[in-house]
Amino acid sequence: MKYAFYVFTSYGVAGVMTLCLIAWVWLDGRARRQELAELEASGFRRRSSRPAPETPDEMGGETTA
Amino acid sequence: MTESLAITKLSDLANPTRFMALVARLVPWLAAITALLFAVGLYLSFKTEGDYQQGDTVRIMYVHVPAAWLAMMCYTIMALSAIGTLVWRHPLADVSHKAAAPLGAAFTLLALITGSLWGKPMWGTWWTWGDARLTSVFILFLMYLGLIALNRAIDDPSRAARVAAVLILVGFVNIPIIKFSVEWWNTLHQKSSVLRLDGPTIDPEFLRPLLVMALAFTLLFFTLHLLAMRNEILRRRVAAQRRMSARIASRGDAA
Repeated sequence: MKYAFYVFTSYGVAGVMTLCLIAWVWLDGRARRQELAELEASGFRRRSSRPAPETPDEMGGETTA
Repeated sequence: MTESLAITKLSDLANPTRFMALVARLVPWLAAITALLFAVGLYLSFKTEGDYQQGDTVRIMYVHVPAAWLAMMCYTIMALSAIGTLVWRHPLADVSHKAAAPLGAAFTLLALITGSLWGKPMWGTWWTWGDARLTSVFILFLMYLGLIALNRAIDDPSRAARVAAVLILVGFVNIPIIKFSVEWWNTLHQKSSVLRLDGPTIDPEFLRPLLVMALAFTLLFFTLHLLAMRNEILRRRVAAQRRMSARIASRGDAA
């Protein structure tokens, strides 16, 4: 193939750059999830992931038959 | 995924938790289709004929043109997100343009490098500052770097997003300049041959691999953008929880 150096270098650079982007997104996501897991392990929870307030039934309120 | 997280209308995406659930569902499919399209695209890129003038260097175009399209598409998505930030103060819009900037920078750099690798054998030069298309794309690359730096320089994410959004919209003027530079000025870079009002002017032999690769790159971008947005949401959750735990700890110390 004529100009093989230019053609294969182009595809090589594209491949390396794509792999770097995938690795960046994957490693960044893994690190953030790990941080969140550590925070939860230390007893801290997001307000939205805390258990819902108890229902009247559980609090001894009136029940419907 | 629980019932309550189902997205039934577009406004449901405003909820980051619902957005995260959507990302988890979409990404495996997007990634699989992207990989398949790349397999077909790469096969066609090397199986199809070379050009009678460019020879095998035409194969560089199957990477260069999609990268250049993405460089401009990414900035357009950032500009739309910037409107979301400034008009609706939407936190997902902030996350969208912040997450897109590094991807845009990468694809612009890829377009510049592959363009240079095509230019050396075909034009006889790696680069020329006198060409409006080359210079305007280089300015786009610098703008992406500037936006990344700006987002890192301001600690408060919503303030950083507003400042970045203004800069993105001001910088959007560069996109039509890039697109029409080959018409307005006498450039070494060739004129459009695919996105034209009178239809593509290139042979189907080259158009087929080009379109498959363009679709593959576009889906790759959306997959990475969704994942980068998810990471940014997680980063903000971590920061918010750290702030809150520090506040609780300091309250405990005071008591």
